[in-house]
This record gives sequence, C-alpha cells and structure tokens, in this order.
Amino acid sequence: MSEMNVSDEAVIRIRNMQKWYGQFHVLRDINLDVSKGERIVVCGPSGSGKSTMIRCINRLEEHQQGTIEVDGIELTNDLKNIDTIRREIGMVFQHFNLFPHLTVLENCTLAPIWVRKMAKKEAEEIAMNYLNRVKIPNQAGKYPGQLSGGQQQRVAIARALCMAPKVMLFDEPTSALDPEMIKEVLDVMIELAQEGMTMICVTHEMGFAREVANRVIFMDAGQIIEENEPESFFNHPQSERTQLFLSQILGH
Amino acid sequence: MANASYLRTEDAPLLPPPVSDTGIAGWMRRHVLSTMNDFSSPGAGIRSVLMGLLTLLLLYYGLSALWGIIDFAFIKAVWSDPEGLKRGVCTTAEQGGVATGEVGACWPYVQAKVKLFIYGRYPESELWRPNLIFALLAAGLGWIIIDKAPGRRFIALLMLSVFPLAALILLTGGHAGLSRTGMVIMAVSGVVLTLAGHLGLRGVLGEILLAFGGGVRLLGLLFLIIAAVMFFMSIDYGLEKVPTDFWGGLLVTLVVALTGIVASLPLGIVLALGRRSSLPLFRVLSITFIEFWRGVPLISVLFMSSVMLPLFLPEGTDFDKLLRALIGVALFSSAYMAENIRGGLQAIPKGQYEGASALGLSYNQSMRMIILPQALKIVIPGIVNTFISLFKDTTLVLIIGLFDLLGMVQSSFTDPSWATPVTSATGYLVCAVTFWVFCFSMSRYSVHLEKKLHTGHKR
Ligand SMILES: Nc1ncnc2c1ncn2[C@@H]1O[C@H](COP(=O)(O)OP(=O)(O)OP(=O)(O)O)[C@@H](O)[C@H]1O
Ligand SMILES: [Mg+2]
Repeated sequence: MSEMNVSDEAVIRIRNMQKWYGQFHVLRDINLDVSKGERIVVCGPSGSGKSTMIRCINRLEEHQQGTIEVDGIELTNDLKNIDTIRREIGMVFQHFNLFPHLTVLENCTLAPIWVRKMAKKEAEEIAMNYLNRVKIPNQAGKYPGQLSGGQQQRVAIARALCMAPKVMLFDEPTSALDPEMIKEVLDVMIELAQEGMTMICVTHEMGFAREVANRVIFMDAGQIIEENEPESFFNHPQSERTQLFLSQILGH
Repeated sequence: MANASYLRTEDAPLLPPPVSDTGIAGWMRRHVLSTMNDFSSPGAGIRSVLMGLLTLLLLYYGLSALWGIIDFAFIKAVWSDPEGLKRGVCTTAEQGGVATGEVGACWPYVQAKVKLFIYGRYPESELWRPNLIFALLAAGLGWIIIDKAPGRRFIALLMLSVFPLAALILLTGGHAGLSRTGMVIMAVSGVVLTLAGHLGLRGVLGEILLAFGGGVRLLGLLFLIIAAVMFFMSIDYGLEKVPTDFWGGLLVTLVVALTGIVASLPLGIVLALGRRSSLPLFRVLSITFIEFWRGVPLISVLFMSSVMLPLFLPEGTDFDKLLRALIGVALFSSAYMAENIRGGLQAIPKGQYEGASALGLSYNQSMRMIILPQALKIVIPGIVNTFISLFKDTTLVLIIGLFDLLGMVQSSFTDPSWATPVTSATGYLVCAVTFWVFCFSMSRYSVHLEKKLHTGHKR
C-alpha cells in the first residue's frame, strides 16, 4: 500500500533549515519534501530533535535559518501566514493536550467555529462524524478527564481532523499510553493513512511504520541521517547509527 | 513454606464500610478520642489523661466565650424602648437609667440609628433611590448565583453594564455639570483608537499595530465607555442631586467594595497578561504598575488620592472625594488581582497553549476560551481572598473623611442621647456581624463555584 495516492505535488518543503536553542544547535541543515498523500515516519534516539523538527512545521518552534514552505506559503514572522498554515496542519501530541474544561464535543467544535467560522450546528455534525470514525461517539458529552488515555488520544485526533487539515503531524501519539490502548490509537491512524491523509509521525512503533509509511526518516543529533522506504530501511540500514538504533529498539 | 498456587472459587462479599469510620462519630473516634484512650503503658496513660484535660479546658473556654456573646446579645439585652427614654433604657439606676441588673446589647440604639448605619446622611425623602439600588443588586446577584436560572449570562451582562450606570445616576441624581468639550474629546479619541486598533488587528495598518491592535482597541473602548458615562451623567433626570458627602454607612461600604471588585478583575486580567506578554513595552508597563501599587500601603494610596492628587490637578478642578477613593481602591486591588491571576496563568501547562495554537486559534481566542477559563478557575480561592480583604479594607476610607459602615457606627457613639456603657459594644457587634455575613457568603459561594466548575480532570 505504500504506493497509493502519492502525487508529486509537495505540501511541505523544508530547505537548509537550522535551529538553535541558545548556543545549542538542535537542528542542522534539515531538507525535507513531503508530497501530498505521503506518510512519513520519523524515528531516532531521544533528544535527536524529532519533536523540534515537526514543531517547526506549524511554528510551535521558530527556525532561524533556511525556509519552510507549507502549501506554497513560506513560514515567516508574518502572523497572518502563520495562522493560515496552522489552520491547514493538524497536530496530535504525546500528552493529548485536550482542553479539560470543555466537553469532548466542545473540544472538537471550538476551532471550526472560531477559526473556520462554521455554524455551530454544522461543526457539531462534523465533529460527531469524526467521533464516530474514532469510535467514541457516545463520549461526546463527557469531559476529557473522565476518559481513558486511549480515548483521549482518539478525541485529540478527531479534534485535529475537524479542521479538515491538509497535513497531520503526530508527535509520539502512543508513547504515553498503556500497551492495550496503543492499538486502538494506531488502528485509527492506520485508517487515516489508508484514506490518503498526508502524515508525518514521530513514533517508535515500527510495526506501524512498516505497515503504512512510504518513507522512514532516521534522525540523530539534529540531522537527518538516513531516509528510505520502510522495507529497505529496516532490512538494509545503511548508516552505522541507524543499525545501532534499530538493533536497540528491535532486538532484545 | 506457603503454597504458591491459589485460585479463588467464590467472590468475596461486597460489604459496607465499618460504621465507626464514617460520619461524625467515626471522625470523633479517629481524631479526638483516639488520643485519649491509650492506656497501654504508664507514659501513654499520662498522655491520654493530659489530652483529656486539655480537651475539656479548651471546650470550657470556647463555650464560655460563645456563651458570653449569646448572653450579651440576647439574654441580657434590652430589646425595646416604648417610652422613648433613649439612653435611659439601657442604663442602670446608678448610671441614671431604668434598667435593672447588668445590661447587655442595647438594641433600641441600633433601631434608632439603623438608617444612619445603612445610608449615612442620605436625605430621608430620597431613600427610595438607594433602596431601589439595593433591591436591584440583590435580585441581580440572586439570579446570577442560582445555577439553573435562565438567561444568567444576560443578567450578568446587565449587572456589569446597565446596573452600575443606573446606580451612579440614581445615587448621585445625574445632571452633573460636566464639560461638553471633555466629553467630545473623549468620544472622538475613543472612536479613533477603537477603529485604529480594529483595523490594526486586520493587518491594514502595518506590523506595529498588528501587535498592539488589541491593546489600542481596548483603550479606545475604555474611552468610549467613559464618554458614554459622562454623557448619561450630565442629563437632567429631574432627580434631586445628592452629593457624595451625604452618602455613608453600608451604602458607601458597598459602593467602594463593589467598584473595587468589578474593576479589579478585568484590570487584573489585562495586567497579568501584560506582565507575561512577549512585547517588552507591555511587560514593562504592567510590571511598573503592579509593583508601584503593591509597594504602597492602601492608607497612603487613600491619603495621596485625597491630599496630594488635588495638588497635581489644575486649580479649580473639582474631583469628587469618593470618586478619588474609588479609583485608588480599584487600582490598588487590581495590582493584587493581577498577581493572583498570573499565578493561575503560570499553572496552565504549556501543552494547553500549544494545543490552542496548533488548532489555529489566535492569541485573543486562546486566552479567552482556553487559558483564562482554566487559570481563573484555579485561582478562585485567591480571587475571593482578594475580594474579601478588599471588602474589609473599605473601612480604611474612614481616614479620608468618608464614613462607611464602621465610620458611621463610630460616629454614632458621640450622640449624647445614646451614651451608655454598652453603646460601643453593641455598635461594634452589629458592624462585625454585618461584615462577617458578607465575607462569609463570598467565601461559601467560592467553594460552591469551585465544585461546580470541577470537571473531573486532575493535573
Ligand atoms: N526549549 C528548549 N530549550 C533548550 N533546549 C531544548 C528545548 N527543547 C528541547 N531542547 C533540546 O533539544 C534537543 C532536541 O529535543 P527534542 O524534544 O526535539 O528531541 P526528541 O527527538 O523529540 O526526543 P524525544 O524522543 O525524547 O521526544 C534535546 O537535546 C533537548 O534537550
Ligand atoms: Mg519528542
């Protein structure tokens, strides 16, 4: 399935991107093109800059050199461009970041109503539709604090989808979950991938990478070390660092 | 060695908790009696006996203090003065009166002075005006407090917009001689600033106003509100004018406290956000403001407002004394409020800001709908704490010659026709109970609000 629905049209184009935290050079010369419908898995050791990289794409972090273009719009200090880009990018976080004072349904309708200026009724219909797809329509009236971790993460995915984004970013969406909940979240993500959503996932779920990714990217020390199709990436890793990493997370 | 294998064949029965652990009796047993019934060793026995004695002693003192108040306020109290003897009814024969035995609270005195305590020297014929305001206030607050009442938002909006204006006009009588030009200047600058801020936010006026647009618009709206208030205040409604010198008692207490409360919350929010702003100008202004007002005691704020401010203002400007005190109190409490709210903002995890930004919500939207509702909920105890201390601090206006409830009670002591040994104790008792009722209600409501807003999430 890794061949399906990928067009040549680049949705995200990152060129020579550099970022520093103070003196510390976290991202070094990042170049990445993501085509429409592509599903990319990013992996790498802790502290290698995976989160920082995908957070640069929707400007949760600011890069200092190089360019990032999303859907043809360059990310600069222009607040208007930032708002436009954020509207088109959905993000799912490790710790869900649901709004605890709002119900599940309100979490999902808030942005469509206030950012997309959608009518409340329409937004609710769409939200219920997505809650159905992540298989928790009956929790719509509850507060996030009353749900399990897996359910919360599925709400977070539905919340992002309600904005009808062009790209979805996932930052370790399953690493705060208990093993039995990981599957329910991964199932939703796999379904999403099969529908042709453009996705960038930071994850260590290698089974997921094998099943849905068109490309796996390995990062270390702030750089992209290796990228390849999952088949070759897992079976014939080229760099020593990749081999070491894979042996650590796969082999026991 | 124990057998490692075990298999449950029958479910253990579901039982209610042991009686002794629940209710008041259980609590007593665990926390009080358990410290007194341990006689397992001589040392523990002595400790238990001492604990028992200590408990009895504390009970004795507590109950006798309570009894003292009940005795004074009810049992030994003088309740009525049918013959109009005034001080005579609350004094014994030796003191020149008719009472027998020891005299407690002198309620006829309170009855005679109750109007003074509530309205100060507000003209008798115009008392319907403060009464109407009190009634509207009680009705409005009651409506808002009842969770199930329909249209609570609408009523709350009225209470924050129309009600203060109505109160201002009714209590003062309107028809204030305000300068037309001042009003026009206010209105025009208000319109200009609002428009500029609004367009700025749309990005029409360039980068700088894009960042400051919100603040500029807020300032413009403030100007417009002031202009509107000035306009409505200058109309002749055919009401008799009552200068604030005639206001007093509970009326002044409530006016000062409510103005402080209503003004300090929005001002505090703006200051708290300003202090965390990434724009250095806002940050510096907010920090300076907050630190200035927090560094000065309220008494000196009041003194400055009544003694020093007139020195700075152009000669002949007549700036009402009560109004000056109100502004002083509002600014003073907003500095405290700002720090309270900043505490709440700091407690909100970074993920909430990121979640909001990632959805494309603007700064204003994410503050209004995501961050502030959570932050304010966290700091309800602190906010109410500030409200309560503000309410009690209103008594300080006494020192600039405004007579709030406490001031009026004290001033009534000088009336020779009610000079008795129990007058002051009675007056202070009334004062204390009134303040306590107000403050305790606020405290209870805050507890209720916290429970209501709890949505089962833990941090
Ligand atoms: N706000 C910050 N200020 C300074 N250094 C930071 C900041 N955020 C992250 N870093 C550093 O940047 C590096 C990359 O962090 P990042 O969170 O992107 O790593 P990661 O690859 O996502 O790791 P993990 O798998 O643990 O999530 C780390 O060394 C981290 O310590
Ligand atoms: Mg990370």
